[in-house]
Amino acid sequence: MHVYTSLQHKYNYTKAMDNPLRPGFRERPHTADWELEAWAPDLPGLFRSAAEGMLSLMGAAPGDSCLEQRPLELAAPDPEGLLVAFLGEILFSAVNQGAYCRPAQISIEGEHLTASLLCTPIASLEREIKAVTWHKLAIHFDAGLYRTVIVFDV
Amino acid sequence: MNLTQIQQLSETEWEIPASYRQDMQVPVRLFATRRLLETALDDLSIEQAVNAASLPGLAGPVVVMPDMHQGYGFPIGGVAAFYYPDGIISPGAIGYDINCGVRLLSSSIPYEEAEPVLPALADAINRLCPSGVGVKGHVRLTSQDLELVCRNGSRWALKHGYALPEDLTRTEESGSIDGADPHAVSPRALERGLSQLGTLGSGNHFIEVDLVDQIYDEQSAHAMGIYQGCLTAQVHCGSRGLGHQVCTDYVQSFQGAMRRYSIHVPDRELVCAPVNSSEGQAYLAAMRAAANFAFANRQILVAFLRQAFEEIFAGRTANWHLRQVYDIAHNMGKVETHTVGGLQVKVCVHRKGATRAFGPGSPGLPDEYRRTGQPVLVPGSMGTASWLLAGTEKSMQVSWGSSCHGAGRLMSRSKAKKEIRGDSLKRDLEKRGIHIRAGSLPGLAEEAPDAYKDVDEVIETVVKAGIARKVARLVPLAVIKG
Repeated sequence: MHVYTSLQHKYNYTKAMDNPLRPGFRERPHTADWELEAWAPDLPGLFRSAAEGMLSLMGAAPGDSCLEQRPLELAAPDPEGLLVAFLGEILFSAVNQGAYCRPAQISIEGEHLTASLLCTPIASLEREIKAVTWHKLAIHFDAGLYRTVIVFDV
Repeated sequence: MNLTQIQQLSETEWEIPASYRQDMQVPVRLFATRRLLETALDDLSIEQAVNAASLPGLAGPVVVMPDMHQGYGFPIGGVAAFYYPDGIISPGAIGYDINCGVRLLSSSIPYEEAEPVLPALADAINRLCPSGVGVKGHVRLTSQDLELVCRNGSRWALKHGYALPEDLTRTEESGSIDGADPHAVSPRALERGLSQLGTLGSGNHFIEVDLVDQIYDEQSAHAMGIYQGCLTAQVHCGSRGLGHQVCTDYVQSFQGAMRRYSIHVPDRELVCAPVNSSEGQAYLAAMRAAANFAFANRQILVAFLRQAFEEIFAGRTANWHLRQVYDIAHNMGKVETHTVGGLQVKVCVHRKGATRAFGPGSPGLPDEYRRTGQPVLVPGSMGTASWLLAGTEKSMQVSWGSSCHGAGRLMSRSKAKKEIRGDSLKRDLEKRGIHIRAGSLPGLAEEAPDAYKDVDEVIETVVKAGIARKVARLVPLAVIKG
């Protein structure tokens, strides 16, 4: 299992194997697109892991400029819908606005998500994701971890 | 599932009966050799076809092409036809890259005259045709311009000097689908498209210069302007971020619509709504707008491609003109008339990684192709052949007037990245005389020929099945990727 390193994040992904409850993500094989598995001990952490994983798959790197804080509010009938919408916002910021946005704070209550994103101009973006899909998307809680698998259309 | 559960009807035609699973409404018809079918069982493509066969309102079998591979919800290489207007429409069964498609152009430029300047031609195309992640187009649009692009497609490009009239004639739907409504497209989708008109994108999109290697049908090749030993060019791309966002938006909004209409699907990516509902009509209008954007996108890229050919060949070659052969979509939903139970019935044909392949005499074909049938463009992968086929009457009978769209992926992208080095691949292809201009070496590795099925086997399958016939085989000389 290849465990990705997160840049400038309070969670240390390289230590994921030492503490099985640490958040993390990994790429999984998929015939034509990209498939990402993400996990974390809480739901906001899962969203954070998924965002980090998506940006990592794209080869996105943050620049050194000042951070801009962007509020985000989303609504969806279920956590999977919130996740698709949340990742869609991060994706749009990266591809269309040239901004590397990482959530500083995420709150999920029922059908609503509020977040504060810290954004910096993107320094590099190597690969494009066209869309976040709903394929196989389900958030599970098992053995102390929230887990999900996301397929990205490339 | 295993092979014993699939009934073999002929060497290249198989069927999963509707009795295979309780929720199936119709059978699944697969066009494949035994070998291709066994390969398909390694991923979820056949299971996805079975899932698709459970959708309401199907007018006949779900059809799967030999280049099938796993998609998200609906298999790539899949075709499904739903009664119109009483059936459903499903954004996931059309795909995120709405009207991803291929355009083929022919020339009278002999290979011997082109060979010394192929590197320069590849450089010129790479310079003039915007490609790559985050790259903006040269065409500056206002919001009003973008709305007109979405309404009019290639007609907008013609009006603004990017097209010849015959380009539109030789484009599916004449490059402009009626019923497009940019107001059904979200502001986010329009924003994504605003700077991307006339751009190639990245991933498996490409511009390729090919050589006509072999002609199988002289008469049809002549009608299509194809000459042995001469250059051709292909453009493969779609509706860019605009189309991707349209699909994203409607897959999201249909989640709620399905609850309202009490529709249950085995995969959320197969989300759908009655086509005559307000949601269904809105998606149809938005999908058509995105399709028109894609037609205009390819048209503008062709204008830049023609500039590149002129730059290199003017004064060197007597006739450097690129003649459009045809432009086809392979991710699209179209309202068409087909024979169902002996009756002419309107259906909404969903093609995802499958190409329309109308036979001779079919409505909508330009005059020069009424006798040949519709050109069917099947690009291979980098380093392998591409094919020009023609549609047949049999395709109208057994595959909703459809055929394959490419080689179909075999290897996952992660495995390709691990096993293939982009720089080595580039060197190998260049040694074979194929000039590569790629914005990303890891991206190149993901698109390696070894990651795809054997396109020749895919072609032999559709030809043996009678749903297309060979016109010409093309081999690559230069490949430009984002």
